[in-house]
Amino acid sequence: MTTVIQLTINGMAIGAIYALVALGLVLTYKATEVLNFIHGDLLMASSFIGWGLIVVLKWPFWLAVLATVAIAMVFSWVLDARVMRLIVGQPQFAGVMLTIGIAFTLRGLVSMSFGPESRNYPTPWTNQKTQLGGVVIADLSLVIVATALLVTLALFWFLRRTTLGVAIQAASQNQLAAFLSGIRVKRLTSLVWALTGGIAALCGLLLAPTALVDISLWFVMIKALAAVVLGGFGSIPGAILGGLLLGVIEQFAGVYLPDGYKDAVAYLVLIGVLVLWPRGLLGDAHGRRV
Amino acid sequence: MTMFSVRNLSLRFGGVQAIADLSFEVAQGEVFAIIGPNGAGKTSVLNVITRVFDPSAGSVHFEGRDITQLARHRVVNAGIARTFQNIELFEGGTVLENLLLGRHRFGHGNFFAQWLWTPGVRAAEAASQAAVEQVIELLDLAPHRKSPVAGLPYGVRKVVELARALAARPRLLLLDEPSSGLNPEETRDLAFWIDDIQNDLGVTVIMVEHDMSLVSEAADRVLCMNLGQRLALGTPAEVQSNPAVIAAYLGA
Repeated sequence: MTTVIQLTINGMAIGAIYALVALGLVLTYKATEVLNFIHGDLLMASSFIGWGLIVVLKWPFWLAVLATVAIAMVFSWVLDARVMRLIVGQPQFAGVMLTIGIAFTLRGLVSMSFGPESRNYPTPWTNQKTQLGGVVIADLSLVIVATALLVTLALFWFLRRTTLGVAIQAASQNQLAAFLSGIRVKRLTSLVWALTGGIAALCGLLLAPTALVDISLWFVMIKALAAVVLGGFGSIPGAILGGLLLGVIEQFAGVYLPDGYKDAVAYLVLIGVLVLWPRGLLGDAHGRRV
Repeated sequence: MTMFSVRNLSLRFGGVQAIADLSFEVAQGEVFAIIGPNGAGKTSVLNVITRVFDPSAGSVHFEGRDITQLARHRVVNAGIARTFQNIELFEGGTVLENLLLGRHRFGHGNFFAQWLWTPGVRAAEAASQAAVEQVIELLDLAPHRKSPVAGLPYGVRKVVELARALAARPRLLLLDEPSSGLNPEETRDLAFWIDDIQNDLGVTVIMVEHDMSLVSEAADRVLCMNLGQRLALGTPAEVQSNPAVIAAYLGA
């Protein structure tokens, strides 16, 4: 029984990361109709920047986190305002190709400037554990889950309650009508990019202490993509549910199934779900984008 | 008194001259109709006014101010709202939410106050709700208040669009073929509403319209366009009896 609880909690922790990354993907997709392949590499690059600030420059942990998130946000804002805007009105695959290209460039730049070897940085929670009724949980896992929860709630509140958030939703549904209702659509698009960039950086900083600062961190994007499809493409609650499920399934598969199944099982579940519910678990009834 | 004017306006897409040296003036409180055969450039005029297109030449003036280079999102703040020929609604929202978005130009407290849902923000929100309810009552939208707009019949969706434009409290309202797709009964309602909008709300209206009976009933003056140019301008009766207008419509 304790094993089951243990595995569920560990799965939730990694799943929370998948969910957050997936959330970033869905947000950009809904606001700009671009499937942003830079997301994973920005996450990876952020973990390297965080490492550089904490280990090389010896900055305090929290300052380094703030700075890394700020850098990712500014980078994403500029990327949208200066680069992505050039292909507005082009077919959707143009956006996909462009972001894949930028993603590879970013990966190359990180590899060239930091070198390919893995590394790690200390956090206030490294090697700390909490005992909860017989179950031992790494503090890092708790921090990951708590952060994911906080970010999701803040985002939810932001989109529901603030004029800016409502305007973002309006612009994602009808740009022309949004413009003529007085909404600064272009600026909001950049804001969404900045927000998702900040989320990516946060994910990178949370993931690196458990998975090491490594070029291969971008690969979490593939898992997040699976989570997005699992939950129903374009649905924010779906992306979160999909991410958490994927994380838990992976953990159980790693323990109870033969070696090598851990990475495959998530995709088997994905195929199964898509056969039964082609729109994903919480997908929209029709191809509407919200 | 001239409230709105278009001066020597031209719009060119490559080799196509959508608007050619067009000028007209609209008086305060007037209902001004633009008619003309398909492709005459009527909708293009509305699109230039609302800054969807940049004109190739000429200027647009509103309340003594040149609005030719206004940023697109500032058009509604200047006091101009519009509807579209092909309905442009926020498809994920309800009727109420769509109308409230029409109120976007009015401030609802600053960002941080909104996070905290302060009394000031709540009061502004309540004021917007009240303003929207007035529009709902005017246009008989009460039965659909909470309905998602995506599932509504075409005629009602057109009214929702009109309501959203009115929720912005414009001084100039642009209607792009408001009666297209409406049945005769809905068109009659529309004529009454345009009358209310003109007389009760004091809003000046420019409408692009094909239905001549609606134009005769609602409009004070009519501009007939053909091939981007002004063909005739006058009262509905004058324009309808103008030989050049009849020739343009019959293709003679």
